[in-house]
Amino acid sequence: MNLPKAMLVRNATLTRVNHWITGICFVLLMLSGLAMFDPVLFFLSDLFGGGQWMRAVHPWIGIALVVSFSGLVLQFWRDNLWTRDDVEWLKQIDHVVRNEEQEVPEVARFNAGQKLVFWGMLLLVPILFITGLTIWEVYFFPYTSIETQRAALLIHSLAAIGVILVWILHVYAALWVKGSMRAMLRGTVTPGWAWRHHRKWFRALVAAGSAGPTPESHSKIQRP
Amino acid sequence: MADLQTQDYIRLSATTMTPPSERSHELEVAKLIDVTRCIGCKACQSACMEWNDLRPEMDEFNGAYENPHDLGPGTWTLMRFAEHENEQGNLEWLIRKDGCLHCEDPGCLKACPAPGAIVQHANGIVDFNSEACIGCGYCVKGCPFDIPRISPVDHKSYKCTLCSDRVGVGLEPACVKACPTGAILFGTKSDMKEWANERITDLKERGFENAGLYDPAEVGGTHVMYVLHHADRPSLYSGLPDKPHISALVGLWKGVLKPVALIGIAAAVIAAFFHSVVVGLNETEEADEEAAAKLLSGRTDKS
Repeated sequence: MNLPKAMLVRNATLTRVNHWITGICFVLLMLSGLAMFDPVLFFLSDLFGGGQWMRAVHPWIGIALVVSFSGLVLQFWRDNLWTRDDVEWLKQIDHVVRNEEQEVPEVARFNAGQKLVFWGMLLLVPILFITGLTIWEVYFFPYTSIETQRAALLIHSLAAIGVILVWILHVYAALWVKGSMRAMLRGTVTPGWAWRHHRKWFRALVAAGSAGPTPESHSKIQRP
Repeated sequence: MADLQTQDYIRLSATTMTPPSERSHELEVAKLIDVTRCIGCKACQSACMEWNDLRPEMDEFNGAYENPHDLGPGTWTLMRFAEHENEQGNLEWLIRKDGCLHCEDPGCLKACPAPGAIVQHANGIVDFNSEACIGCGYCVKGCPFDIPRISPVDHKSYKCTLCSDRVGVGLEPACVKACPTGAILFGTKSDMKEWANERITDLKERGFENAGLYDPAEVGGTHVMYVLHHADRPSLYSGLPDKPHISALVGLWKGVLKPVALIGIAAAVIAAFFHSVVVGLNETEEADEEAAAKLLSGRTDKS
């Protein structure tokens, strides 16, 4: 593949490492969680060395995810603030899903869909964390009533299903919009990718002479 | 004992398979605890420890006759003592042998996520199979009677087995054998009910108008039943639930959410896949790169 010389930095190295630690934790939590949620998937417990190990390790991975995810929130929250443009973008969602991006308002660093994934995760992860502590039998059983724990278990399951659905949307969008996986693996995107999907972001980078990820970044943009 | 070779299971936790149930021509058994005959000697508690080789840690005195003060991983049955002042102003000492009631519709088994960790035998005994137990504590949430206890040492759940190992070879449970007053009886469930009815008639004649059998229908009946002098108010007996039922939250979780959720997740994945088949991937085109290059060089020209 012939890549243009003027590649833009979509995600800095720290961001990518942070993202993938979170992602690995998420997948492990999903596999072990689903194994404990539905007996049809109990075989997944073998991936963790059996049921006892899976039960023991799941909450610890949850702690790791909360720490790692907090890092992502700190790096991304500013660019995920909701704007009027996002409402317009959502109104044009039928064009978005048909790959007709020329019909859609120009997008800054994140589009409304990405922002919804961000806020969805930010809503659900703390719910999972708190209800998860409540049902962490080994350390927290004595501190709440069994009725509270029953409610926590139901909420934990509901939130987990919600977060898995958000995650499916997130992963599919990354596969669907080609170049996004590269943006999180290598960290770079082509100017054409930025023009097509995040034109407002691209314009801001060009105006600032920065190669990204934000106009304030010190990286110098390459001009043809 | 809870191994699959028993071949008389009517229910296995966390499994969609039909359990090995061919050898199920068994009569339902029941233990009848006649609270009105109990003298609180705790022989049953000792016999349980003795037969099952349980030696719970020494507890601290907490101002009551209960010893230890609660059920535990090593205390599968416990005499609970309640002082009750009746309408005549007389003191009644209500002593109840607490432990697993072996529900016909066991909440623990329904909540359990580990295949085969909780089983129900054709004779009605609900048994925990420790090698399959993962120690999650879901059985604790499923139980309407607050019975199972997770060991902090081995992270397995424990409760009364109704001496399934003894019953399996034609013996009565250890507590039944030890009881000096005949307050604990064991036999087929229908025999026990018949016996209980005789006893209840007797109690009513002696002035206990509300005497009755505790065999709560909300959990399908139980395989450990109580004869109570105050069957209208079971909660007098150290909090025996008046209307025990598997929590609606557990029902929502296991009955509704569990089947709906997997279908939802699968539908999302399938929808995503077919979106890419129908609409195709969103790829950056040559025109995008050209437009981008133009903007970039435009910036260069100006500077």
